[in-house]
Amino acid sequence: MSAEETTTTGFMGWIDKRFPATKVWNEHLAQYYAPKNFNFWYYFGSLAILVLVVQILTGLFLAMSYKPSAAEAFASVEYIMRDVEWGWLIRYLHSTGASAFFIVVYLHMFRALLYGSYRKPRELLWIVGVVIYLAMMASAFFGYLLPWGQMSYWGAQVIVNLFAAVPGYGPDLSTWVRGDYVISDVTLNRFYAFHFVVPFVLAALVFIHVVALHAVGSNNPDGVEIKEGPKGNRWSKDAPSDGIPFHPYYTVKDIVGVAGFLIGFSAILFYAPAFFGVFLEAPNFQPANPMVTPLHIAPVWYFTPFYAILRAVPPMYDSQFPGVVAMFASILIMFLLPWLDRSPVKSIRYKGRVSKIALGIFVVSFVALGYLGMMPVSALATFLSQVFTVLYFAFFLLMPIYSKLDKVKPVPERVTA
Amino acid sequence: MKKLLATAALALLPVLGFANTGGPALEEANIDLRDQASLQSGARYFMSYCSGCHSLQYMRYNRMAADLGISDADLRKYFLVGDAKPGDLMTRAMTVADAEKWFGVPSPDLTLVTRWRSPDWVYTYLKSFYLDPTRPYGVNNPLFPNVAMPHILGDLQGPQQPVMSHGAGTPVAVGAKLIKQGRLTAPQYDAMVRDITAFLTYVGEPIQQERKRLGVYVLMFLGVFFIFAYFLKKEYWKDVD
Repeated sequence: MSAEETTTTGFMGWIDKRFPATKVWNEHLAQYYAPKNFNFWYYFGSLAILVLVVQILTGLFLAMSYKPSAAEAFASVEYIMRDVEWGWLIRYLHSTGASAFFIVVYLHMFRALLYGSYRKPRELLWIVGVVIYLAMMASAFFGYLLPWGQMSYWGAQVIVNLFAAVPGYGPDLSTWVRGDYVISDVTLNRFYAFHFVVPFVLAALVFIHVVALHAVGSNNPDGVEIKEGPKGNRWSKDAPSDGIPFHPYYTVKDIVGVAGFLIGFSAILFYAPAFFGVFLEAPNFQPANPMVTPLHIAPVWYFTPFYAILRAVPPMYDSQFPGVVAMFASILIMFLLPWLDRSPVKSIRYKGRVSKIALGIFVVSFVALGYLGMMPVSALATFLSQVFTVLYFAFFLLMPIYSKLDKVKPVPERVTA
Repeated sequence: MKKLLATAALALLPVLGFANTGGPALEEANIDLRDQASLQSGARYFMSYCSGCHSLQYMRYNRMAADLGISDADLRKYFLVGDAKPGDLMTRAMTVADAEKWFGVPSPDLTLVTRWRSPDWVYTYLKSFYLDPTRPYGVNNPLFPNVAMPHILGDLQGPQQPVMSHGAGTPVAVGAKLIKQGRLTAPQYDAMVRDITAFLTYVGEPIQQERKRLGVYVLMFLGVFFIFAYFLKKEYWKDVD
């Protein structure tokens, strides 16, 4: 799929002799042939890039007025909300953007599950994606401490204390992470440093993700490899017949997605920026107080599925470590997905009933765990969390069996409209 | 996608329900942040009754004056205490040491109280003090058991007795009932407390009205932009079969 030979003259000619501007443009946009049958689920990749850019830009402006010190952090956020010109908008863009980032990425990941976008030859693409997800979680976790509210403080306290559950080295490890015996000014400073730098690592990973994508080509709702199909289309005789140039076709289509996304995003930002205490938790409007533990500590919604798994596993031998292991396993198991799926087909469209039910159960379990993770501990909530934790892991661990045994439908030669 | 959104919305509903369980029921404050008269009287009540002990330490006097339509002359006459200047933050006169001596705890800053408690909570709280001779200041509150604060509006509202729970276990106060009318009638007192709640809700997020006003234009622009983007896409895609 090498780009067509082009010779530029004039200004672009001068540039192209010194830098492959036209070549890069063609290889990644104008002559990058993407399957023509992308549907709704294919908007979220470009939207994730948009939100990342919004987060980096708004974060930069927030950093100009924010004070990363335990004495001043909370007041500086209120200063941004009240005294900085348009500070409230920048801050709400950033806080709403954090939740939007996870919504968009969860839908993007769900798309991969639907259409088998992690299968050969896209294993590395998927692995880079999971690394991006981990970097996002790290960045969000560091960032959540910065407003220095009660939930920032105690949420960080709970999560850092997880390291204390590691047998033997635990207490020393958690002290090392905090830089202190409790979450303190020192912790806030280092979290701020990490929160500032991780997004740039994230941007680099996104670049690698796109490079990996363009090397193997995009999957599509049919899971058909367009590169293995017939060649030749209106633009090039070597290009896949079912491919269309990313630019202008998908650039104009993604603009529609961006407009639709921004409508929903703005509706929340301007009319419900706290989103009923889900995006901005009410206890976080109280400054951090190391002496007063809130009655109910819950992480922000995008971490709650994993938090519910943590709480679902009972302590063993007086140690919380098994829960911590389960929580990390629930995230890290995603790396194995390309090798767990043994189905002869990629897309859910041609998979059998068992695979469809399994994916449905997984989605229900993930949402239910997310809900249970926000709730205070109760016998019923713990029991339900345990049930859904088992189902969550069963989706992955039993996949080699059910995906192989499941009946599949014949996959068409070409993509369908 | 609609189904998905509906499911997500439904899934969130119980979250809101859960948030209100586990305490006495809250009365709806029914505040109107567009009602400047209500906000202004709320501000005056706050200065008269609350500001001695409670600061609004993230709020500036002149911002309040500008948003609430209070003239500079009135601001200087009725609001600025001591050598406070219009651009100052609305801190309080009482020191933390004094507060601890008189009440046992420092009185909290109230700038964000409606954002972490909710306006309904503040409204109900101010209406729910009841007589309790076991407390240092003779009153208690079902919303904040053994609260250190005296009922500063007590002579306006009149004395109240607790409404006890009838469930299992030790009975606890879940509400308060007026015994004898104070200097204000019940509707007058409700209106006063509503004004204070409205003012504190404004203070919690001074930009709230402005962001809602701007949101209309942003959404209208995006709506038009969406239509143009949609037809642009249709135009480009008409030759894709």
